[in-house]
Amino acid sequence: MPLRVGIVGVGYSGFDSMTPSLSTRELMFEAASRAYEDAGIDPRKDVQSFICCTEDFWEGISITDEYMPDQLGAVLKPLCTISSDGIVGLATACMHIMSGIADVAVVESHSKISDVRNPDEISSFALDPIYDHHVNADPRFVAGLEMARYLKETGTKRDYCAQVAVKNKKNALLNPRGVHGANLDKRAVLSSKVAASPLTELESSKTIDGSIVFVLASAQKAKKLGNHTVWINGIGWSSDTPWIEDRDMAKAEYVEQSAARAYKMAGIRNPTTYFDLAEVDDTYSYKELQSLEALKLAGKGKAGKMVESGTFDRDGRLPVNASGGSLGVGHLLEATGLHRVLEAVLQLRGQAGRLQIPRVKKAVVQSWRGIPTATGAAAVLGN
Amino acid sequence: MGMSQKITSYPGHEITPEDVKKGKYLDVVYKFEPKYSWAAGVAISRFLAELKEGRIIARKCMRCERILVPPRMYCEQCFRPTDEWVRVKDTGTVNTYSISHVGTDARRLKTPILVAVVDLDGATPGMGILHILGEVEPLRIKVGMKVKAVWKSSSERQGAITDIRYFTPIGDE
Repeated sequence: MPLRVGIVGVGYSGFDSMTPSLSTRELMFEAASRAYEDAGIDPRKDVQSFICCTEDFWEGISITDEYMPDQLGAVLKPLCTISSDGIVGLATACMHIMSGIADVAVVESHSKISDVRNPDEISSFALDPIYDHHVNADPRFVAGLEMARYLKETGTKRDYCAQVAVKNKKNALLNPRGVHGANLDKRAVLSSKVAASPLTELESSKTIDGSIVFVLASAQKAKKLGNHTVWINGIGWSSDTPWIEDRDMAKAEYVEQSAARAYKMAGIRNPTTYFDLAEVDDTYSYKELQSLEALKLAGKGKAGKMVESGTFDRDGRLPVNASGGSLGVGHLLEATGLHRVLEAVLQLRGQAGRLQIPRVKKAVVQSWRGIPTATGAAAVLGN
Repeated sequence: MGMSQKITSYPGHEITPEDVKKGKYLDVVYKFEPKYSWAAGVAISRFLAELKEGRIIARKCMRCERILVPPRMYCEQCFRPTDEWVRVKDTGTVNTYSISHVGTDARRLKTPILVAVVDLDGATPGMGILHILGEVEPLRIKVGMKVKAVWKSSSERQGAITDIRYFTPIGDE
């Protein structure tokens, strides 16, 4: 049975460094209200499954799932929380729909990072307590390790990573959600403070607040809902070993696996030339290059040169993170994957405003859960 | 077969009290200290500000006509924004209660904590406040008992749920 699930509603709120006037739940209510209006549904009657992607330590409340129903219209309805990136939540919703459990499913994820006073403490606490905790440094040292290995093994020029930050921050200037948009040159990126060598501060995305909600429907139901259905044609996710020291640091194998599954599902044989748009992981500059290679959108060690030559610019052969990505818009914790889906869906609907790329019909989105994880997900979208 | 079933002897020896005294074992101690400044949001911020003034405020949903305490900006039953602020009384009825004899450190409490849900007068029946009871013999507490808030003095109140010290029985009880 081929995967055929429609995205029939989209809503979001926040997209700011801080959202002090709203509680997490109020932020979610705003996003959910917009998504339901967009889809033309009543969540109290029309939805059979609600899925939230959150993580207790980011919320500062344990068993945080229990606080999700009210603001989504999910009281006394089937709801589950997934402690992973939003695209994994989308995959779960697809399963609920394809299995017949639900005709309509809702997926939400959010970041309220402005509520967290010491986010590094939480990332550090994710390191293995017996083996890895003795390194008492900003957890981005893990990114530094990966980046150094990636550069060495692929022979990618250091400058090319900086070009990713230049491109994405510039793209974000066109995006109303682009909190971290800027017009910079490579020299500025390379000479910004070193976070964990070789990674600099301007090559590290900064966290922002926001909530994103999607309404998904079966093929049959999608015909009756919304006016701009975007189809999920393939989806995959994968986790590598947690041992930082035992992973292949040069490549994102979990992305290769996720993409291979999503491509197979969508019947894609040659991903390199298939897509019109890609929104991929750029939590750190080098991650975009590593991800593009894992997604087979660039040959091994070739992504850097392609970024440099403009292949992935807004007007290039394959626009990558035309939205500005996480470097330009901001990082949304577990909602980061849904942010990439949001930007792709708006493009596929032709509703991206000044960001609009002409003739977008096929898009790939991909996410990573961030340090210190080796979990990623990918989805193939089409209109 | 479990992975330990084939093993007849483990390397080393079990940790003895002597080892513990001498610190001859691997001890990983990590003090995890996440810190949060939760944004209370529109509804709860106003609720707390009103508590500081010695008042309890609710929100009303015009569709289902319920008066919601604690207040929220959306009605979870109708899934729509709530419509207006409504003051409710600081008196109410014990909906249910439990006398807690065990503290958070699992020790028996010398003075038990009298936990109750109080349905507030003026709110929709079944809407109320989770708080504690005071100035009452535990054995005299009953479901349906009328109670009233005992507030901290205005100079002590700081815009917190603990601005109400406790609820205490009133009337014919």
